Amino acid sequence: MMTTVVIQTIARVVVPFLQLFGLYIIVHGPVSPGGGFQGGVIVGASMILLALSYDLSSAETKVSHKVRIAMDSTGALLFAGMGLLCLLVGGVFLEYGIIPLPMAPAEVRGLMILLVGVAIGIHIMALAASLFLHLAEEHDT
Amino acid sequence: MILEFIAVNFPYLVSVSLLLVGLYAMIVRRNLIKKIMGLNILSTSVFLYLISVAYKEGGAPPIRVSEVEVYVNPLPHALVLTGIVVALALTSFALVLTIKIYKEYGTLDSDKLMDL
Amino acid sequence: MIRAKHVVPLIVLLGIGVILTMAVIDMPAFGDPASPAHRHVAPRYIAMAYEETGVPNMVTAVLADYRGYDTLGELTVIFAAGAAVLSLLVGRKLKEES
Repeated sequence: MMTTVVIQTIARVVVPFLQLFGLYIIVHGPVSPGGGFQGGVIVGASMILLALSYDLSSAETKVSHKVRIAMDSTGALLFAGMGLLCLLVGGVFLEYGIIPLPMAPAEVRGLMILLVGVAIGIHIMALAASLFLHLAEEHDT
Repeated sequence: MILEFIAVNFPYLVSVSLLLVGLYAMIVRRNLIKKIMGLNILSTSVFLYLISVAYKEGGAPPIRVSEVEVYVNPLPHALVLTGIVVALALTSFALVLTIKIYKEYGTLDSDKLMDL
Repeated sequence: MIRAKHVVPLIVLLGIGVILTMAVIDMPAFGDPASPAHRHVAPRYIAMAYEETGVPNMVTAVLADYRGYDTLGELTVIFAAGAAVLSLLVGRKLKEES
């Protein structure tokens, strides 16, 4: 793979801002264009940039395979768990308004939408990085 | 008349032509990677079609602002968001299967693979 | 350089293109506010999403709340795809190491 000092320096500067921007998109999903999917893909793309500009092992050391699998499962389980939480307190699946918090039901639903966005974001950022790194790894060997 | 029709329904017609390009790539190209690229172009055309259906003349983006009354339809946007991610999953899985096929048979030519 | 074997696919695609263009002619014009797509479910989302969920972004409200089940199923699909990719690519490697 062709890489130079210029590419590596620019990537090193850009990657933190890219990740910050991705997290901003995830957290601002309820109020502005964006959400879990879009922000998660941006954070995943920052890892892909790292892998392309340095090499695969440097991206692998930043977020190892086990951490990615854990994040992947955590995101999916968080979302399903939020649906099951509504079942536990007596509602139907994914009926967020019923969760007893000291807030208006509309605010509870808004909060849960934010949490669902974060769960989706965690899931997608791990998955996007994982898919690329494993496919590229296969090419290397 | 025809020019007016093209100008009014331009996004739909672009979607139709993208669908044809994707189908052509999937039918005629023999390389499996190019078939996957065709599949992606085809799914993009469907997304473009759904997003075009969502558009409303003079509508604002579906984010609530107090002084705006007319918004575009938010439902197809949510569905297309879902569809894009599923297309990503499909593409990645297809690429993995392609890698496996190449390692096993040493070719990506679909005609040669049919003869095996 | 159209080769002979490309003729049949081109004819088929031309037919599909003509059919789809005729469908576009019959459809409501692009951006028509009175088209059937805008009349059934979407007006309720547009009118009630902010009151019911307190979220200004209607797309997020539809995605995570009204159609949360859909999104959960989709998350399951991509999780399954990720698991399939990992099991096909990584599983063999782990077996070779052991």
